[in-house]
Amino acid sequence: MGRWGDWVTKRRRDNKKKMDKELNIEDFKKNFKSDILEIIEKNPRREIITIKSESILPVAKWLYKEAGFRFIIASALHTKRGFEIHYHFSLDSLGLILNIHVILDKVKPEIESLSNMFNASNWIEREMHELFGINFLNHPNQDKLISEGNWAEGVYPFRKEFKSDQEKR
Amino acid sequence: MSKKTLIPIGPYHPLQEEPELFKLYCDGEIVKDIKWETGYNHRGIEKLSESKTYEQVFFLVERICGICSTSHPFAFANAVEELADIEITNRAKYIRSIIGELERVHSHLLWVGLAGHFLGYNTLFMWAWKYREPVLDLFEMISGNRNSYAMFKIGGVRRDIEESKIPAIQKVLGDVKKKTDMLVGAVMDDPVIHARTKGVGILTKQDIIDYGAVGPTARASGVAIDVRKDDPYAAYPLVNWKVITAEAGDVFAKAQVRLLEMYESISIINQCLEGLKKEKEGEITVKVKEIPEGIGNGRAEAPRGEVFHFVQSDGSNSPARHKIRAPSYVNIATFRKSCIGQTIADATLSLAAVDPCYCCTERMAVAYDVHSGEKIMNASELICKSAKRTNEIKKKFRI
Amino acid sequence: MGFKSYCFKKSLWVFHFGGASCNNCDIEILDCLTPRHDLERFGILLVGSIRHADVLLVNGSINTRDKERLLEIYNQAPKPILVVAIGACGCTGGIFAEGYTFAGPVDKIIPVNAYIPGCPPKPEAIIAGIVKLIKNS
Repeated sequence: MGRWGDWVTKRRRDNKKKMDKELNIEDFKKNFKSDILEIIEKNPRREIITIKSESILPVAKWLYKEAGFRFIIASALHTKRGFEIHYHFSLDSLGLILNIHVILDKVKPEIESLSNMFNASNWIEREMHELFGINFLNHPNQDKLISEGNWAEGVYPFRKEFKSDQEKR
Repeated sequence: MSKKTLIPIGPYHPLQEEPELFKLYCDGEIVKDIKWETGYNHRGIEKLSESKTYEQVFFLVERICGICSTSHPFAFANAVEELADIEITNRAKYIRSIIGELERVHSHLLWVGLAGHFLGYNTLFMWAWKYREPVLDLFEMISGNRNSYAMFKIGGVRRDIEESKIPAIQKVLGDVKKKTDMLVGAVMDDPVIHARTKGVGILTKQDIIDYGAVGPTARASGVAIDVRKDDPYAAYPLVNWKVITAEAGDVFAKAQVRLLEMYESISIINQCLEGLKKEKEGEITVKVKEIPEGIGNGRAEAPRGEVFHFVQSDGSNSPARHKIRAPSYVNIATFRKSCIGQTIADATLSLAAVDPCYCCTERMAVAYDVHSGEKIMNASELICKSAKRTNEIKKKFRI
Repeated sequence: MGFKSYCFKKSLWVFHFGGASCNNCDIEILDCLTPRHDLERFGILLVGSIRHADVLLVNGSINTRDKERLLEIYNQAPKPILVVAIGACGCTGGIFAEGYTFAGPVDKIIPVNAYIPGCPPKPEAIIAGIVKLIKNS
């Protein structure tokens, strides 16, 4: 029985994991149908889901409280489309990472803070505020984290200069 | 109104190698509030990464932290290989895992030494660092340097571990195992260490989930997360090993998890060496054409927890965005829960128990608070305080 | 033998200042005091306050925040003091020299007596550097 039994158990476990994951993602897609703008599945364990920036609070709440995801970190990038933030959530039982992608306005980038829901995002939101100038609404204490003595207020080192289309001509 | 005493630890303090300022606001002996300042270590690595090619970034990320020097290239390699759908050879996987686990052994020995120093057991500090030296010699034999090994590249590893070196590695590991037995006996059976570390700096399961803490800090509170099991990479799915957890969440549990993890690491390395012997004809690197556009999430289990690298590529030679998150970034934030309400001597111990790697975190918070009637205690009196506490307990046990 | 070289002949007390570093050099400095190299048998101690020190060891690429602290520490140091810049970052800034918070290598901020390059320099290299410094001072 030995090896055959092991193989069967492993297969059953893998199938269950696959079903759990499909259940989770399908639930997510059902609950937030109107908020999702685009889904890219890179491989079975990595998905990038672009949502509307207004929906970040309910989406994060569902992931953290209902589905048991862990907040890893958030990363921001200044592009021609505006300020793009990827929120990285991990479901450790399946080794799955969901990258929740939002695009913020070019001139006045702001989004709701997640730090009232859990402490894991507190520092990274303060850091993004200092490096990019993104305003996190209702953040418990949007004070300086790393910039004191390192660069002046109003300076955002990670912002880029983009030539507007008129200048290019 | 009770007078609050302000005790700064840092920024340049002998008990910490890295610059960091903790301000403990104390009422008598109890810590009421803790504020910390940072920015002393900020080097702008993420921005520097955008101006280097993918191969050059490995040398940059290695120097984020000296102690977890391999974990950052590991996670970065995982991220880029996921981005470009590159599958590495088995031989490269084994070599990567061997380097990762050797690093875990040396990092935990380093921590045991520092914890002993905080407690006032300087002998433990000297011994742990003495037994760490053969592991560093192994690194020098394999890669040429005691720290910052430069072993990783996209698609594999840069140097091979020849068959002739394997007996030497196994011999050193055997010695380290014997010494670990001795350290485990010294730490786990000592009644004074029990008295000083049990019930100190407790983090509950809910705290861990709230702060998103990772690594031995999380595993000591019963949250069994380990990237090597949850999201397997390199040779970890090819060998047998188990995740070590504890339930209590205090400093003793964290020490227990770290010491027992060393045995697992030694077992993994021995299994990988056997695997290397089988994969004699394997290549150590695969050909990489170009890095396409897209994103890659890479993670690795550093000695302190999960290291996460996020790489965005626009098809060019350099990363468009490289986000680095070290485990200490989330672990240090738990100080708020583990230190408030403790005595000063215990608070310094809780700070050390998380095994903070400030250079990994690269950034710490800034807070200035002015309390009326503040009296600043000399920073080096803090270690003396901790050592005094240990001596008091020794007297109680009549040692 | 001058007063300065008489003072620095033996039993140097060392104060370590870590700038924005990756810690490799810090660990290698601490390694010098552990049983394999054991500098403490020569009376070389790591002290907690700059006012007790004969030698100031500086490593790490200094960022704008550390610059003020370094100047403060140098001003508090009892003169004469020997300053040693350790590691590639301490000598020239290393790979972090192009960062946006880099405030110049150590010798742009305070006068340096000795440079010990390496990434990180091995404990043997650090010891050799200190010995050379004492012989020449």
